[in-house]
Amino acid sequence: MMREADSAPIEFRSVSKYYGSGPLRHVVFDDLSLTIGENEFVAIVGGSGCGKTTLLNMAAGFTRPNSGTVLVHGEEVEGAGRDRGVVFQQYAVFPWLSVRQNIEFPLNLKCCKLDRAAKDRIVEHYLATTGLKRFENALPKALSGGMKQRVAIARAYAANPQILLMDEPFAALDAQSRGIMQEVLQKITAEERKAAVFITHSVEEAIYLADRIVVMAQRPAIFSEVITVPFGKNRTADMRLANEFIDLRRHIEGQLKH
Amino acid sequence: MGEAKAVSHQDGFARSPCPESETESEEVARPAESSARSVLFGAARNISFGILGFAILFASWYLMWASGLVNRDLVPRPDEIFFRLVHDFAASGLAWDVLASVQRVLTGMVIGMALAIPAGIALAWYPVLGRIFQPVINSFRAIPPIALSPLVIVYLGIGEVARASILVYAAFFTSLIVIYEAVSAIEEIYIRAARVVGATETEIFRKIVIPLLVPNLFVALRLTLGVCWGTLVAAELLAADRGLGAVIQNAGNYFVIPDIYVGLVCIGAIALAMDAIIRKAMAVVVNWQERVER
Repeated sequence: MMREADSAPIEFRSVSKYYGSGPLRHVVFDDLSLTIGENEFVAIVGGSGCGKTTLLNMAAGFTRPNSGTVLVHGEEVEGAGRDRGVVFQQYAVFPWLSVRQNIEFPLNLKCCKLDRAAKDRIVEHYLATTGLKRFENALPKALSGGMKQRVAIARAYAANPQILLMDEPFAALDAQSRGIMQEVLQKITAEERKAAVFITHSVEEAIYLADRIVVMAQRPAIFSEVITVPFGKNRTADMRLANEFIDLRRHIEGQLKH
Repeated sequence: MGEAKAVSHQDGFARSPCPESETESEEVARPAESSARSVLFGAARNISFGILGFAILFASWYLMWASGLVNRDLVPRPDEIFFRLVHDFAASGLAWDVLASVQRVLTGMVIGMALAIPAGIALAWYPVLGRIFQPVINSFRAIPPIALSPLVIVYLGIGEVARASILVYAAFFTSLIVIYEAVSAIEEIYIRAARVVGATETEIFRKIVIPLLVPNLFVALRLTLGVCWGTLVAAELLAADRGLGAVIQNAGNYFVIPDIYVGLVCIGAIALAMDAIIRKAMAVVVNWQERVER
């Protein structure tokens, strides 16, 4: 008999993480559990140093919990894998490749070679969805921060992962590009329907994008609240001005202050 | 701040609900490259600044000479050296010396770097190797190649092999350290970004490490070139009958001071030209690198 959670895209099962030992031991978090469902977009908000990134790195397979397990579709995470796409906070776009070559990168690997036509179809699709078509031959050095993150998102999606892990992807952007990127991401996630974990400092961004928001408190890092966002999948930029949105935002920001 | 954000979103939404169409107004890519004319202008400007530097050098040299502060019998004028240079090329086969030296420097550099590149990568890629061999390498690196010449004479004699081995030694340790540092400093983020889309270790090496290493190969090349020219005279002390080191040696033995200067000027000029070629090649090959303009 299988519990439903066994096949969940991601399950953190009472994970703990600490650095050092003895009196110097620094506990990042202790005994945290969280399940992310099929097609679910979960945002994790919390102050700096509360362990958000560590949590995401565990799901990505970059780091292991000291106790507990991280399961992806019921299987314990052993390392990084193509089933989990990652968009990093730093621009991890390969500077020596053009925009097109960056997006094509996952499609040229031994594990997953495709014929020219199939490859072109995928690349063209994501060039269009992320609005990069006109810059396909540009080198990353000619792109602004927001454009670089579009490339990173397109590259992550091109690998066709089942889960998307995003670690404050828009943190380095100015408010204006940030708003645009949120819309790009909103559109692409509404189309693709993949499970996603999105880490952010911005409560507004979390409410706008997520189905569920996990509020992470600091020291000891616990999930102080898990909130289901009461808006459907189709969201527009101006919903940020709705009273419901503003109330929710005020509520979460209040939580973070404690 | 929250307010400012809300306004910007409202603004963006009013213009167009579709993200792609906003790229132009919000996040225009900088022009792919600055215009050819400004590149040309920049090059011309750099060259004229370089010439100015030499002009200042020769002018002060001439003034020193004219002022009588230096012994005029021992220090030639710049123009004397120039005519001597022309004379040596025409009459005493200076070109063969230049050729011999260039050939030695290139041989030493090619062999030294060919050995240093795989060694440096291995040391950085396998941290245990790095920990074991780094102290050994650092102590060897501190030994000036010229100090090796007595040993080289004993073991290898005074032929071309002996001369080349000193240059190979110098080239190897200079580029080894650059390559080692470069591979060690590769940003983990690029390796992770490749790994998460399914790249194998071999693919990470081939598609991430190698491209990121290329700019540093040029750095290694430039440094090694400098060190090799610096070591050349030491190598040519081993009874060479041709080469710029030999020119300087012989001129010293016969007290022909202008010829000493001719040898020095040739080394400086050739090293400068080679460095310019490498820099040019780097600008073309590594055109993806962001350059900070000051």
